[in-house]
Amino acid sequence: MLLLERRPQPSRFWIYSTPLLAIAITMISGGALFALLGENPVEAVLAIFWEPVFGEFSFYHRPQILIKSGPLVLIAIGLSLGFRAGIWNIGAEGQYIIGALTGAAVGLAFYPMSGWFIFPLMVVSGAMGGILWASIPAFLRTRFGANEILVSLMLVYVAEQILAKMALGPLRNPDGHGFPGSRNFQNYPSAHNAELIAGTGIHLGIAAALVSVMFAHVLFSKHILGYRIRLSGEAPRAARFAGVGTSRIVFFCLCTSGALAGLAGLFEVSGPSGQVNIDFNTGYGFTAIIVAFLGRLHPVGILFAGLLMGLTYIGGETAETRLGLPSASIQIFQGMLLFYLLAVDVLSNYRIRVKPPKTRSSA
Amino acid sequence: MTDLFSINIVVLLASLISASTPILLAATGELVAERAGVLNLGVEGMMITGAACGFIVSVHTGSPAIGFIAAAAGGTAMSALFALLTQCALANHVASGLALTLFGLGLSALLGQGYVGVKPPPTGNLELPILSDLPVLGPALFSQDIVSYLALALVIAVWLALARSRSGLILRAVGENHNAAHALGYRVVRVRVLAILFGGGCAGLGGAYISLIRVPQWTDGMTAGAGWIALAIVVFSSWKAGRVLLGAWLFGGITVLQLNLQAAGIAIPVEYLSMSPYLITILVLVILSADNSNAPASLGRIFHAPR
Repeated sequence: MLLLERRPQPSRFWIYSTPLLAIAITMISGGALFALLGENPVEAVLAIFWEPVFGEFSFYHRPQILIKSGPLVLIAIGLSLGFRAGIWNIGAEGQYIIGALTGAAVGLAFYPMSGWFIFPLMVVSGAMGGILWASIPAFLRTRFGANEILVSLMLVYVAEQILAKMALGPLRNPDGHGFPGSRNFQNYPSAHNAELIAGTGIHLGIAAALVSVMFAHVLFSKHILGYRIRLSGEAPRAARFAGVGTSRIVFFCLCTSGALAGLAGLFEVSGPSGQVNIDFNTGYGFTAIIVAFLGRLHPVGILFAGLLMGLTYIGGETAETRLGLPSASIQIFQGMLLFYLLAVDVLSNYRIRVKPPKTRSSA
Repeated sequence: MTDLFSINIVVLLASLISASTPILLAATGELVAERAGVLNLGVEGMMITGAACGFIVSVHTGSPAIGFIAAAAGGTAMSALFALLTQCALANHVASGLALTLFGLGLSALLGQGYVGVKPPPTGNLELPILSDLPVLGPALFSQDIVSYLALALVIAVWLALARSRSGLILRAVGENHNAAHALGYRVVRVRVLAILFGGGCAGLGGAYISLIRVPQWTDGMTAGAGWIALAIVVFSSWKAGRVLLGAWLFGGITVLQLNLQAAGIAIPVEYLSMSPYLITILVLVILSADNSNAPASLGRIFHAPR
């Protein structure tokens, strides 16, 4: 009989190895899934994980991976703050949408004026939009004790409706012949989030993601606030006795993650996506949850996890076009990854002992 | 000119019950799981999986009944994954629930591919003799589909089981204090696994109700947050079966009312009407969260048998 025995301290070895183990198991069972769908499993897994980086068309795919990873890392860094404190913001998708909307609205308001100050203003208002949307669950939790998981998630659906309203109404391109969607920022240089180095896919959002990784790392390793966040997550009672203000932590974590999600939305709408449209949001806010866990809520880990997740998006597209795999299979892949990660995590906190079955004396 | 008076109150009442049934089923299942101390945030994922399984099976067999059984099986299978994670691998409930939802959305999209635009076999209405002939209430309340009646029966059964039966008492003991229950010799993990599986089956049924009766067709992500609303209703009910019913009717009513207002062409933009159920959910959470003293004390806590 197998028994679990709690380790006095989480095993360092397994903390670092479990994400890799989870990835390996995901590849194996993903291959099995593809085999069930009638594909060559090795070819399919290679198409997802190998082709985009080292394959024939990698010159095209590599920038695309960065473009996908940027917002994921940015959002996941924000989420990791809250997750460490036991504050579950799962509505990053909504904050992403609202950030994109407020940022884009400011940019479109200045059209067709040109000026250096327009894009910075958009960035600020994008972050403010995200903060605004995230402060709703923060306020409702601190003031009324409403569960932030449910409130932040409900606000995603509300944000999606606002997005639809805006894309069809106030923000619609007046010269767009009645089609839904705003003006394209690619034709408006003062508000366009262009590539910093042509052909690399690197835009300001990706730079911002890197900066956020550094800030989060300093916050957790050097700053008292990072310590307090960890304390309120790991020992809430001790945190209260130590005088850590719960409300302040809730507001800080939710608003910071809202700001980062809003920024991610703004950089996306003004850059790779180019315009506000009904289907502008593609679920980065939810995938970022997987990224945060896969990176073990550690800033550097999140950076790698974000790159890997970006790779699965692009790899999924390659597999879709080349092998005709259904597009939903990549979503399953990502969900499976989180499953396995949570499952193998037991190894870092517990030791598995094999014990011979005893004769049972009492039930 | 808006046409408010075209809204027929009888039709409204009848569709209220139909709109509340999926949430009622899912919330009842989740209630049982939460009373056992398990916080399963994967309701949305189990519902959408149930919706896909039920739809596909009933299209192929031509029988809605077999479809509903398959949906319950699908939801149960998903919840078994959750049970494995939280009860065997001792993983965090919140994270595991989210994983279940993300996985379920992907899985259902994969399963449902190629079923877009297909019509499922119709589920007939069950007209209760005599009662359905009553003047106004008859058509509104007593000529629903059979699943709506089953959902009501389920709520009553769960209420009785939780409040009046020995196994209900054990389940609640496990949810209130798992260490004490363990010390008394109850199998905490076994009770919780069973509660999780029950919750999964109910969520699967609720999902299939959406894809087979309420909509009835298949689209990706068609549960559109119903699972999350079900979770909110459990909080709303302060973990009591009777109030789950009340909550489900409230939300069913709002959904139906906003749909009717949309159809009546009232001057409020469609988008604002569509977001109203979610806003009301938030409002209700705010009003009712001040007192959550009824929450099971071990809710969401991981049990590791001391030895």
